[in-house]
Amino acid sequence: MKLSKLSAPTLLLLPAFIVLAVFIVLPLMFSLYSSFTPFRLTKPDTLWVFIGFRNYVNVLTNAEFWVAFGRTVLLLTIALNAEMLLGLGLALLVNKATRGQRILRTAMMFPMMFSPVLVGFQFKFLFNDNIGFVNNALQSLGLTDRAIPWLIDGNLALFSIIVAEVWSSTAVFAILILAGLLAMPKDPVEAAHVDGCTPWQTFRYVTWPYLMPFAFIAMTIRSLDVARAYDIVKIMTDGGPAKRTELLWTLVGRTAYGDARMGLANAMAYVAILLSIVFTVYFFRKLAAARQQIGAEW
Amino acid sequence: MDTNASHRLRRRLLKAAHFVGLFLAMAVICLPGLWIVLSSLRPTVEIMAKPPVWIPETLSLDAYRAMFSGAGQGGVPVWDYFRNSLIVSVTSTVIALAIGLSGGYAFARYRFKAKSAIFLGFMLTRAVPGIALSLPLFMLYARTGIIDTHFSLILTYVALNVPFTIWLIDGFFRQVPKDLAEAAQIDGCTPWQAFWQVEFPLAGPGIASAGIFAFLTSWNEYALASQITRSVNSKTLPVGLLDYTAEFTIDWRGMCALAVVMIVPALTLTFIIQKHLVSGLTFGAVKG
Repeated sequence: MKLSKLSAPTLLLLPAFIVLAVFIVLPLMFSLYSSFTPFRLTKPDTLWVFIGFRNYVNVLTNAEFWVAFGRTVLLLTIALNAEMLLGLGLALLVNKATRGQRILRTAMMFPMMFSPVLVGFQFKFLFNDNIGFVNNALQSLGLTDRAIPWLIDGNLALFSIIVAEVWSSTAVFAILILAGLLAMPKDPVEAAHVDGCTPWQTFRYVTWPYLMPFAFIAMTIRSLDVARAYDIVKIMTDGGPAKRTELLWTLVGRTAYGDARMGLANAMAYVAILLSIVFTVYFFRKLAAARQQIGAEW
Repeated sequence: MDTNASHRLRRRLLKAAHFVGLFLAMAVICLPGLWIVLSSLRPTVEIMAKPPVWIPETLSLDAYRAMFSGAGQGGVPVWDYFRNSLIVSVTSTVIALAIGLSGGYAFARYRFKAKSAIFLGFMLTRAVPGIALSLPLFMLYARTGIIDTHFSLILTYVALNVPFTIWLIDGFFRQVPKDLAEAAQIDGCTPWQAFWQVEFPLAGPGIASAGIFAFLTSWNEYALASQITRSVNSKTLPVGLLDYTAEFTIDWRGMCALAVVMIVPALTLTFIIQKHLVSGLTFGAVKG
């Protein structure tokens, strides 16, 4: 009787609300609470000791944390920009192809089907300094006579991880931008041509504004699970060598399960969550603005 | 005449450059996967050989035979992991789809207060990094004693999949004109009948691809599974992949073979849905 008083959309959204509240929001509240305690897995009693903001102070004054934070932001910036540019390039290339478009489009989706764990494993194999494809190829071609320590040198390891990340996610951008190209009306481009625009001008002022919403959809989807990079890093280097590839997420994992310091790890996790949320909200708003700009009916 | 010739040359060069660029891009995309497949078929000696052996001399299915011959060879119970993955993925997909169906329909068909805020809120729950979410879930599941069971994993994946399922299904229902259901109701259908007999079949292929997408997310998930699964009872394939590195040395061939086993279902399913997936994500702005 009371149920029927609720409006239809409320009723329809109720299951989703309940599931998300119970399995995402509630656990997060719990972890918020435990981030104010010195909780250690090995000492259950510590869950009931309240220590205020001490964990957060610890985290925010910890140099190791800030290094990992900076590295995460750096990695995301480089990776997302590279994915965007490469995805755009790939979409334009495929769109220009006159034959075999269907096959090309299917092949383009290939990396998307790989789970991050597989991507990590695959690149760990390819970049192995001893038996990896990359070193073997370089040595066989005579480009280098010694083995390049891709995953053993700190900077090269970060580079290798970025390569893996870009390989796996460029497809998201390429596919959605290609969808935009296919849906685009041909007249404005032709009009620009007639009016004497150079190819670059046509692209910059006619094609690109039209593609923007699609690029932002891709960005939004990517921002929803940027933390997938955890899987890749975990497999490829596990934060090593000597913590030179430690990201926010691997640091959280190590503090929680390696050192069993759950309270501290939860405080770190909250910083990671905030980072993700800021990211997602930013792109959602961009997405909404871009949609209004082209005035399409959504 | 001269300008004509140079123009033609330029066009031909551009065409060649386009072809080379496309070829290189496709090579970079496809080669790593093919290399894994090839490595799974080669004897370990050849993988480890120095200087490298480029043309394989012998190909065999030994790695696959060893993997599926039970826990004896190599000690990795692939069958159990495969069964766990399948049970968890299928069950969580079905539940997530049911919930996503009702939620997505609400977003596509009704106007209500704070609609976009609620939508954004749903998406934000998806943005929580898996490893960050795994901490409280690990503690809660350990307390309630449902850690290392299919049950806990299924519930987690349902929550993980609901936001994105809603996004996709919302997009698919928007492509179905509102008038159709109204016309059906004027013709005497109840709203319930109108939904199941008119709107649902029209959005059907899209909903199926939302389901496949949810399935793949569960099938591939690692960050959460690696913490809430502990043993053969509930370990899934992505977690099982690490069994090969647990020892001091890595069994590259075995890992490659397991990787192929993991990727084949994903590959097949993605081919089926690729068209619908794109149109769902772009809210029907595209006719693919």
